[in-house]
Amino acid sequence: MTEALKNILAQTEQVILGKPQQIRLALACLLARGHLLIEDLPGVGKTTLAHVLARTLGLQFQRIQFTSDMLPADILGVSIYQRESGDFKFHAGPIFSQMILADEVNRATPKTQSALLEAMEEHQVTSEGETRPLPSPFFVIATQNPTNQIGTFPLPESQLDRFMMRIQLGYPDAAAERGLLSGVDRRDLIADLQPQMQTSELFALQEQVRKVFVSPALLDYVQAILRHTRESARFVHGLSPRAGLSLLAAARAWALLDGRDAVIPEDVQAVLPGVASHRLQSVHDTQASDGERLARELIEAVAIP
Amino acid sequence: MKLSAQLVYGLVACILMVSAPHAEHLPLWVSAECGALLLWRAWLARSGKALPPRWLLLGITLLSVVGIAIGFRSLFGREVGVTLLILLSTLKLLELKAVRDATIVVYLSCFIIITNFFYSQSIPTALFMLATLLVILATWVHMQTGDLAFKPRLRIGGMLLLQAIPLSLILFVLFPRVQGPLWGLPQDAYASSGLSDTMSPGSMSKLSLNDAVAFRVNFDGEAPSRDRMYWRGPVLWDFDGTTWKRGRNATTQKSTLEDTGMSLGYTVTLEPHNKRWLFALDMPDKLSIPHRLTPDFQLLSEKDVSTRLRYHAESLLSYRANPDEPPRQLQRALNLPRGLNPQAHELAQGWRTQHPDDDAAIVREVLRHFNQGGFEYTLEPPLLGMNGVDEFLFQTRQGFCEHYAGSFVYLLRAAGVPARVVTGYQGGEYNTLGDYYILRQADAHAWAEVWLGKRGWVRYDPTAAIAPARIESGLSAAVSNPAALPFMARNPPPWLRNLRFNWDALANQWNQWVLGYNSETQFAFLTRLGMEDISWQKLALNMLAGIFILVGVFTLLLLRRLVVRSSDPVQASWLRLCRKLGKAGLPRAPHEGPLDYAARVGAAHPEVAASMDDLAARYVALRYRAPGDDTALLAFKRAVASFRL
Repeated sequence: MTEALKNILAQTEQVILGKPQQIRLALACLLARGHLLIEDLPGVGKTTLAHVLARTLGLQFQRIQFTSDMLPADILGVSIYQRESGDFKFHAGPIFSQMILADEVNRATPKTQSALLEAMEEHQVTSEGETRPLPSPFFVIATQNPTNQIGTFPLPESQLDRFMMRIQLGYPDAAAERGLLSGVDRRDLIADLQPQMQTSELFALQEQVRKVFVSPALLDYVQAILRHTRESARFVHGLSPRAGLSLLAAARAWALLDGRDAVIPEDVQAVLPGVASHRLQSVHDTQASDGERLARELIEAVAIP
Repeated sequence: MKLSAQLVYGLVACILMVSAPHAEHLPLWVSAECGALLLWRAWLARSGKALPPRWLLLGITLLSVVGIAIGFRSLFGREVGVTLLILLSTLKLLELKAVRDATIVVYLSCFIIITNFFYSQSIPTALFMLATLLVILATWVHMQTGDLAFKPRLRIGGMLLLQAIPLSLILFVLFPRVQGPLWGLPQDAYASSGLSDTMSPGSMSKLSLNDAVAFRVNFDGEAPSRDRMYWRGPVLWDFDGTTWKRGRNATTQKSTLEDTGMSLGYTVTLEPHNKRWLFALDMPDKLSIPHRLTPDFQLLSEKDVSTRLRYHAESLLSYRANPDEPPRQLQRALNLPRGLNPQAHELAQGWRTQHPDDDAAIVREVLRHFNQGGFEYTLEPPLLGMNGVDEFLFQTRQGFCEHYAGSFVYLLRAAGVPARVVTGYQGGEYNTLGDYYILRQADAHAWAEVWLGKRGWVRYDPTAAIAPARIESGLSAAVSNPAALPFMARNPPPWLRNLRFNWDALANQWNQWVLGYNSETQFAFLTRLGMEDISWQKLALNMLAGIFILVGVFTLLLLRRLVVRSSDPVQASWLRLCRKLGKAGLPRAPHEGPLDYAARVGAAHPEVAASMDDLAARYVALRYRAPGDDTALLAFKRAVASFRL
């Protein structure tokens, strides 16, 4: 692992206390060119995490606060008539940025949600017949409140599938909370952070992730996991092929973060809760929050071949 | 544990499918009640409501049983049994509490499948029951595995069914078949003795309803035509007015048989009939087993035939039998009880005066009388009284072969022509599969022999004069009315006609090969496969051997799959290491990755932590990194071999 990655992890862990696993997952997701969904209660540090990552990676950062009266143009941008020149000029929306924090994405109406999600998938925006590419790298961290809160439009399964991972931060443990309460203001800490790498280095790392070796034995394991989700009556749907690709990409990134040049089953198991929890739904109870538990069950149910 | 709604649906489907074919012959209220109960159960599962209380179930059960008892006026018997079985199985669904109850329902469903074959054994029924079995198996798989989706469940069920096919084939082909119906009581199946050594009105027609096999015949060459196939049994001489008996032969002089050509060899497989006589074609000449030939050409075994007997015989189809019969025997062939049947005597005397010296002409007169006298061949002739022959000849004129043979001989004796009754079997059913003839009790027949001086004893069959079809094509052709075919008469379109013909051919195959696979077909089939001296012990041994071989093959296949799974040498070594550690109390969980496992082992036994980490790293490198050279593998193998905890 490069010095830069080590530094990024260390700095982020100094700001977000007691959540090394989630920070790693978030970074792995970014390195694997995926988008991240953070689902948790307000105030547990979702925004801070996104902020810190953008800062240390040296990416342009835009935060979009989603509300129920938001329209697609508020995100993508709009063409405005110029009286001087007599034509329309496109005013780029906040989505034209390297890292987007889509805050409370499930507060917006499905129409607006899908505008964002399409941009995520295509890496481009089409507005008024003109297609404009989004900057690169392009990384979306969306946060969402638990769906049982008032005033939410839950993301449908098809949209959830566009996020490589969903993680939950949860409350900090006692020690971390003590450090948080007694320490300096997080905003000041963020302001002091220095970018640890150039964009070109990030591209190189992403390229390196792609080259992490995957052996046939490991593919057997990944396929066994996918097959199990499809054959077991425990889940409403099995994991999609896209989920399988995401799982493999995330596992590669995880292996790179661990300083290995080949994926081992532990890597798959480490990223599986993040990759699978928002895609799996138990037939028995419809509580969305049990995805993590389901993923644990899934790991334990599948023997490593 | 509460049973999932999915499983309950499966169980409801099982009971529904096994009992659906019964719906048409169950009492209407039972069908309706079962349907309502099934719907209720499915609704309860869907809505998640509690099952009905015990007292309610008990009440429904009692009421239904009382209803059945009243409706059938009994609680015993097949119909009642099936009705009760279906009703109670349906009710069982309403007290599904644990897996145990579900197991009972699954097994009950399997059992009810059999009861469907009491009513119909056609191809559609069999196919439907196969589908039912698949559903039952899938439900069973669901019960065992708990969390398997519908399709894999069905797939495993189908696989089980497919694996069962070779086993059931072995059982079907080799299971020793019981003679007669499987469900019949023993006396039904075996008490029907064959031909007896007496003949009275009704004795033959009773036999004609008996489908049991008397014997089978394999001809060495061409079989003779049906009308020459008279299988000789007991010869009856003495008549007391109602019954013909064998009596005692008045001579010990050896019978003489002059060959006039047409010698025929064949092999007879005689079913046990607990009497001494053997059957052979008219007239028996040579026999391969020890026997005695009586002066009236009866073949007698040395003791009662109590086991299946096989012998080769040669007969002369054209012969001159005992042309110089001793006078005392001839006198026996003229004896009649005194003072009976005056009309018959009168008729015979009339013929005698017409043809004072020509016995053969009298025989022709009698045959003509039968042929033109308005006689009818029937299975259910009216009962006859004291002067039976007169009543038959001049009043009822309805009779079976014993009536005709008896009165024919009576008339001839009354006219002074020596004659005797011969009983035996006539004809035979050709089995195309085994190339042999089957003689059933229903083929029992009686005919007559007349002594015509130099021509010796000549066979005459008066039945042929009344119902020639009986001799030429068999009993069913002679007595049953040809069934009308109104549908085919309406001239259906050709495709429909073809479809019907094809279906009929298929059903015929099914009847012959599956339903008709009884002990004879089995015997013939296995003989053709090259099995010799078939006995039930041998069949059972072969069957067991076949099952063992089959189970062995399946076991080998399964074992091979286990072996293939660890054919990778790296994985094999790693599993070896895991087994070693497992014996030491640290088994690897199936989902535990190598590094996690090494860390756990290292934490439990710090003294091996370093070597364990090293082994796990080597394993990871060999299994999950790009393939390297063999030396690393060898080193890993050696390291695993030398690892000690």
